[in-house]
Amino acid sequence: MSAQTIDERREQALAALPPHREPGIATRTFRWLRLHLVQFFAGFALLFMFIPVFVVVAFSFNRPLGKFNYTWNEFSTQAWTNVWSDSEITGSLTLSIQIALLSTAVATVLGTLIAFAIGRHRFRGRTGINLLIFMPMATPEVVMGSSLLTLFVAASLEGSLGFGTITVAHIMFSISFVVVTVKARVAGLDPRLEQAAMDLYADEKTTFRKVTFPLVLPGIVAAAMLAFSLSFDDFVITNFTSGQTVTFPMYVWGAAGRGIPPEANVVGAIMFGIALLVVLIPEILKRRRKD
Amino acid sequence: MSEQTIPTETPATATAGGADLHIVDVTKRFASFKAVDDLTLTIPSGSFFALLGPSGCGKTTTLRMVAGLEQPSEGRIVIGNEDVTHKKPYKRPVNTVFQSYALFPHLDIFENVAFGLRRSGSKDVRNEVEAMLELVELSTFARRKPTQLSGGQQQRVAVARALINKPEVLLLDEPLGALDLKLRRQMQIELKRIQTDVGITFVHVTHDQEEAMTMADTIAVMNAGGIEQMGAPMELYEHPVTTFVANFLGQSNLIKGELSGKAGGDATLAVHGMRMAMPTARVHSDRDEVWVGVRPEKMQISRAGTPVPGENSMTGVVTDASYIGVSTQYLVALPWGQEVSIFSQNLSTEGPLRAGDDVVLHWNPAHTFALDATQDAAAGAEKVEGDE
Amino acid sequence: MSAAPVPGAAASAPADDVARSVGTKAWTPYVLLTPGMLWLAVFFLVPTVMLVKMSLSSGTAFSGDGTFTFDWNFSQYSTAWNQYVIDSPIFQKSLVYALIATVLTLVIAYPLAYTIAFKAGRWKNFLLVLVIAPFFTSFLLRTNAWQTILVDSGPVVTFMEDTGMLAFLHSINTPDSWPSWAQLFPDGLTGENRILATPLAVIIGLAYNFLPFMTLPLYASLERIDVRLIEAATDLYSSAVTAFRKVTFPLSLPGVVAGTLLTFIPAAGDPVNAALLGSANDALMGNAIDAQFKATGNYPLAAALSAMLMFVIVVMVAIYVRRAGTEELV
Repeated sequence: MSAQTIDERREQALAALPPHREPGIATRTFRWLRLHLVQFFAGFALLFMFIPVFVVVAFSFNRPLGKFNYTWNEFSTQAWTNVWSDSEITGSLTLSIQIALLSTAVATVLGTLIAFAIGRHRFRGRTGINLLIFMPMATPEVVMGSSLLTLFVAASLEGSLGFGTITVAHIMFSISFVVVTVKARVAGLDPRLEQAAMDLYADEKTTFRKVTFPLVLPGIVAAAMLAFSLSFDDFVITNFTSGQTVTFPMYVWGAAGRGIPPEANVVGAIMFGIALLVVLIPEILKRRRKD
Repeated sequence: MSEQTIPTETPATATAGGADLHIVDVTKRFASFKAVDDLTLTIPSGSFFALLGPSGCGKTTTLRMVAGLEQPSEGRIVIGNEDVTHKKPYKRPVNTVFQSYALFPHLDIFENVAFGLRRSGSKDVRNEVEAMLELVELSTFARRKPTQLSGGQQQRVAVARALINKPEVLLLDEPLGALDLKLRRQMQIELKRIQTDVGITFVHVTHDQEEAMTMADTIAVMNAGGIEQMGAPMELYEHPVTTFVANFLGQSNLIKGELSGKAGGDATLAVHGMRMAMPTARVHSDRDEVWVGVRPEKMQISRAGTPVPGENSMTGVVTDASYIGVSTQYLVALPWGQEVSIFSQNLSTEGPLRAGDDVVLHWNPAHTFALDATQDAAAGAEKVEGDE
Repeated sequence: MSAAPVPGAAASAPADDVARSVGTKAWTPYVLLTPGMLWLAVFFLVPTVMLVKMSLSSGTAFSGDGTFTFDWNFSQYSTAWNQYVIDSPIFQKSLVYALIATVLTLVIAYPLAYTIAFKAGRWKNFLLVLVIAPFFTSFLLRTNAWQTILVDSGPVVTFMEDTGMLAFLHSINTPDSWPSWAQLFPDGLTGENRILATPLAVIIGLAYNFLPFMTLPLYASLERIDVRLIEAATDLYSSAVTAFRKVTFPLSLPGVVAGTLLTFIPAAGDPVNAALLGSANDALMGNAIDAQFKATGNYPLAAALSAMLMFVIVVMVAIYVRRAGTEELV
């Protein structure tokens, strides 16, 4: 046993170390970057996603020289004032919104029912059902659109393609996304919560109303929003099943050849703004309430 | 199978807040495995009853059958004079405190506690809830959400939510399992106090034998779907009738021996060539081949050579000594190789004995018990010393 | 502050007993399933079958009487093979462009999904929303915006020109000596001083449009990984990179596969990016199908082309299901 105390041992060890120098700013930056490499790339990914959106919004304030809105000319709010009087835009926009609302309502209901079945019950034929739900998500829109057109033609409906056929198609491809979204929420529901409710004198119906449904609701809302955006933004399938009807994406497509007016960008900017508000407001409210 | 008589009127011992709970010939099968095997049990009203046993012994399943969350494969469940076996959970005068609390995350504390009241159409929800929140000392948390509360606070909400409905039986499914030691001790006292004040029958399921012994009036030790022994804590501890109970409650030293004779109230044993004595009343075996049992704290240990009249004794060598402060735990190797443990209070001023010392173990014959030797000496001994 | 505790060793009953004791009937799931599944059967399954039937039929929409006769006519497939695989390799191009785009998407989406899953803390929901938010701006407008971003002599092109990246990408081409069916990039990935109207622009557009379809399944898969596994790996002396290689990535594989299935084939069939960002030479299967349907009215040929794409996706899904079953699909 050495005659040194613990303190003396420590002093000795410290003295034996090489002199300590504060790392320079370059080293520290480098180290910070290396530590946060993943977040750095994530930021890049977000940037990648949003730059086109910013371009859309920015160019809604542009007054293009010619027909094509690809190069910045001068700042102007002209498009924002004109957009309301452009009947092509407002007409197609209204149509798109109507179709989206209807298809969202139906797809959300149908998809939610399926999600509950899959997430909570046992039944035969799971494999087939899972496949049938998955395939529309993995199939190219061209294929789905052209096959639907084939169906409508065979049913002698080629003359009456329009609102109805578009909505039918939109419901079809939205169901799968609703199922996936809601099922995640349903499967994550703790069955003991429902048992607790029944233990506390709530029968099956009341338990569903007071416990199950409120807890699944956020998933259903998310699914509805997803279905709405899928329908509103759909082009390829709509193109096949629309006949003479023009939805907003079809209007944009048609205009792409001759020059998309900045008014269209205005619509895009507004939609984006609405979307941001719809999702940010609950978050802000939640944080307010926490404090 | 003898028929148990079901009382047709509430017995005289029933208090205003409770009813007798009868579990009759109940079996529960899951696919190929029997979780509960022909269980018959009566829990008297107003008592604090513990169902104690290791994981998988069927205690939680039994509880859930009383709550109505499981259906018995066979048998009946009777509360007071009502056969509730096929009644839905919401039709039974029973409430449960769940192990994971199962508080409704989308409702605040007030609404959680009020839930049962609102379903049963109570008129004065507000006052009742506020009174109950005061009882569990959570009045200021009424408008918070469950996720904003600590584990201990959530646990009290769970108790409040169940109690407020004044059920005839309150079921608690290991409610203290997730709390840390200090909080758990606190809650044990709390729950016991509440039960004494309110007078409702409590059925408490736990695997923690200390907890059961502290809180319960009556304990039923369960193993593999059936009851090993039932009685007051002291009764079970001092007079175990199976090796499982002997090992599960506290610790026991079990040594192979043979009954060599009975004379009046005393029995003699032959243990590895030594002669020992014990009261006949403490022999729980039909056979002569027995496990001779002594609890570690009942044995005294001293240096070899010290004569000890009137007591059973054995010699051995210390193989391990763990100083715990209050006591020292010794492991002593007996001449035939078996190791026994001794808990010795640190009363000697000389300091604890050390490994390698030759010692004499001796104990009052009245502390001996004998169990059927065909039972597994290791039954119930496996204990998971987790965060307890 | 603590969340609800994780239950201990107490055994719990199998889920089916709970369901039964909570009082649901055996026919409940079938009632719930029927409306939606019926819709999918009628408007997805049946049309797909009809499409295959159409590919084996004769007739055109615009001439004759506009009707089609199903006569097991396989000639469309040989036409499709010759025209779209051998002569001008549109089929291969579609698959290769989509493959590159999928890999690109994976590389971009992975750090994003990883950050949201592990490093986001209280910003998790907000970031998830940010991933979906661009969805709400018309994708046509956004894809069109790439025309502005990648415009000739614009900042991006100029930067790439100056750094020599453009020249490098232009030099990646399929040599003229190769057979016609291998001529995927005859003029290089980009032009000499252009990105628009070249394969690269189309690939960027594809990667961009399908990013959410890769990010979300990846996120879902990463989220399920127990962080402590990664901690254990680093505790056992693996560097961050090795921990990723040996623990995180393998565990996230279901998400990668799901994302790939949702990205690869839809991208291979996409007509919009090729039309908006590519040149006439960059036409892909989606454009071909569209043209045959709309312009030529040759429904059987268009159907055959669609069937070719469907074949690829069916094979991919079949391989997946063989190994992993269908439970994780939905």
